[in-house]
Amino acid sequence: MSAESLSPQRRGLLDPITQSPVWQRFRQSAIYRYLLFPIGQIVIFATFAIVLLTVVAYIIAILYPEPRPNINLLTQLNIQLPGMIISGISIGFVYAMIALGYTLVYGVLKFINFAHSEVFMVGAVVGFAFLNFLLSLGVIEVWNPIALVIATVIISAIVCGLLAVIIERLAYRPLRRAPRLVPLITAIGISFILQDLVRAIASFTINDFNLSYPTRNLDFFKNPIPMTFGDNEVRVRVTSIIIIIAAIIMLVILNYFVNGTKSGRGIRAISMDQSTAGLMGIPVNLMISLTFFIGGAFGGAAGALFGLNVGTVTPYVGFVPGLKAFTAAVLGGIGNITGALLGGLLIGMIEAYLNGLLVYFPAIGIRYTDIITFGILIAVLIFRPSGLLGERVDEKV
Amino acid sequence: MKKFLALAGSAALVAALGVSAVSAQDDNVIRIASQSPLSGGQSVLGVSISNGVRLAIEQLSGPLTDLGYIVEYVPFDDQATPEVGVSNAQQIVADPTILAVIGHLNSGVAIPSSEVYNDNDLVMISPANTNPLVTDRGLPTVNRVCGRDDLQGPTGANYAAELGATSVYILHDTTAYGQGVAEFFQSEAEAIGLTVLGFEGTEEASNFDAIVQPILALSPDLIYFGGIYNQTAPFISQARSAGYEGLFMGPDGFDSSEFASIAGDAGVGTYYTSVAGPASIYPNAAQFIEDYTAEFGEGPQPFSAQAYDATAIALAAIAAAAEEAGAVPARADVAAAVRATENYEGLTGNITFDDNGDPEIGLYYVLQVGSADPDEWSNNELLATLEIPSPLMAAAMAEATPSS
Repeated sequence: MSAESLSPQRRGLLDPITQSPVWQRFRQSAIYRYLLFPIGQIVIFATFAIVLLTVVAYIIAILYPEPRPNINLLTQLNIQLPGMIISGISIGFVYAMIALGYTLVYGVLKFINFAHSEVFMVGAVVGFAFLNFLLSLGVIEVWNPIALVIATVIISAIVCGLLAVIIERLAYRPLRRAPRLVPLITAIGISFILQDLVRAIASFTINDFNLSYPTRNLDFFKNPIPMTFGDNEVRVRVTSIIIIIAAIIMLVILNYFVNGTKSGRGIRAISMDQSTAGLMGIPVNLMISLTFFIGGAFGGAAGALFGLNVGTVTPYVGFVPGLKAFTAAVLGGIGNITGALLGGLLIGMIEAYLNGLLVYFPAIGIRYTDIITFGILIAVLIFRPSGLLGERVDEKV
Repeated sequence: MKKFLALAGSAALVAALGVSAVSAQDDNVIRIASQSPLSGGQSVLGVSISNGVRLAIEQLSGPLTDLGYIVEYVPFDDQATPEVGVSNAQQIVADPTILAVIGHLNSGVAIPSSEVYNDNDLVMISPANTNPLVTDRGLPTVNRVCGRDDLQGPTGANYAAELGATSVYILHDTTAYGQGVAEFFQSEAEAIGLTVLGFEGTEEASNFDAIVQPILALSPDLIYFGGIYNQTAPFISQARSAGYEGLFMGPDGFDSSEFASIAGDAGVGTYYTSVAGPASIYPNAAQFIEDYTAEFGEGPQPFSAQAYDATAIALAAIAAAAEEAGAVPARADVAAAVRATENYEGLTGNITFDDNGDPEIGLYYVLQVGSADPDEWSNNELLATLEIPSPLMAAAMAEATPSS
């Protein structure tokens, strides 16, 4: 999320403003670089995804006004639009947060950490374990729900960050000089080990591996918030709002860390050229561990938020979101942090719109959602092999 | 628990010793096998089926022991997987002393496995398989003591109409079971004049946010979900918290205490149909529940009483065939004797098999989840019991009516 990438050095209509000293000073200020810029970027991406898909949806609604008898697609679309947007953005942020883990690791080590989907799963399970522990203490209904969410997300993030560091130390570091395929295989191995380990722990401790978040019975999380959009009253899930807010806060923190701290600069240096960065005195191993910690923490936080949203998680819950997030990372351009955000939001929105609209086309139906989503991915990759925001393949990302 | 483990361990040891001891004198040993998932996500039901069989053999093999035979039980774990079920089936048919199989839990496993049994004339009695194809193939060795999905789905649709629902939205899990029962629900719903607002299959197992949106927009009176509790319970919990206010209904895939623990408060009030009610609803089953609890330390799950009945029918048929033959009967004779079962008064009702091996009159139940506490699952309220004749029986009755 470098500030340079969004401000092309071309001459344009806004040049008198962008070249003015006031603007230049403003651009250098911390408020702009670490708060306004990343939030603006998120808003722009989300708006882009919403506008793009809404336009496509309305074109379809105009082309097929009555796909099924007694169904007016335009009316249905008007009713559903706010719900689809919110569910799409919330799951999109979850994908984006997982995708960051894939993309950060790819950026520094140039390999796909396929165990990351299971780190996400561990995050969801740790969130459950923590909330269940609070339940057994009897304090879950006493605590402020917001404090509950913050504590759960932070604990999951820390545990998963450490887990990712341990995985890197045990399974990837010894193989750093081996061919790329080798750590890929250990990553797949690690993901199986994590799945079965969590399953074994769950079976031995509570003899059940459908892990249900106790929060799903709390009034704060259970009851939707009524909102009015135009003529329609829409009910919005509290957990969707929580995901969106939490994700924005965490992405702002990530932007500050990567662009505003010495460690962040170290990570960026390593992703450009590892050996030269090492010669310049950057502690390569420490920076790689740090990268894994951040990626794992984001995955774990996403897991806890996902768990709060869906209510029940299992040791196998990581696979599908992990795959979608990997897709998002590739769609956005793997290795590119901004790309992961854009890719995640797009995949989440596409999924939400397809699930919302295919219902009215009985010949297709929502079971084809994934096929169409991945079809779009293939189409994009044919024209932009390095992803939407990815740079050319022969350059280091 | 320790005591139970020790008991189970010593029982296994004794069984192992017993097997090696009797293998020398095979000519008066009769074995009954069971196949159900003893490990994995559905093992709660599978183990309970196996326990039901064990209890029946312990209690009801009297007539055969009087004739001088030793009755033994061999449980197999089909892992709810077709390949494992078929490979177990091949092992089972290779043992000439096995005269009957009680199983399976999953129709998808029972159908291929029963082909193997049938090729070897080995009789199978199913306690739980509801897919119509299990018996509709007309195999002489395949029977079941429970109802069928093509009658269970319509039972749900009729009850939905009775509840006052006028529009329904149907979801299924895309499996043979879930989609099958949902389609039967749909065709009956359309036939009785309910508006079907949607019919969708999804493999999504955890995040239903996006799937719920069109349902909220269509706002049906009732959502029917043809699927198993580990998928349907999270859906119900999320649909409620997204603001859906109508009713939920499902097939017997909902019937597990896990449903209550996953769905939480949102699951209370959910309707489900079943071919096998909790054992407590059967008037004859009080003694069974007591014995089962005393022996296994917990109450029976759904299908356990059915497994007990299936075993009882197998034992009675083997005894009849043995008496007639004066020796260990041939498998084909046992199969014929099972099919000839008439008016067997079991725990779960009166069973007479029709020519396809379905009970002539099947019992179908409509229940409602009463509590979010999984321990209260067996106290779910029974709202209706319907006696519906099997398709063969219904055809025979339809033929008889105009001629008379």
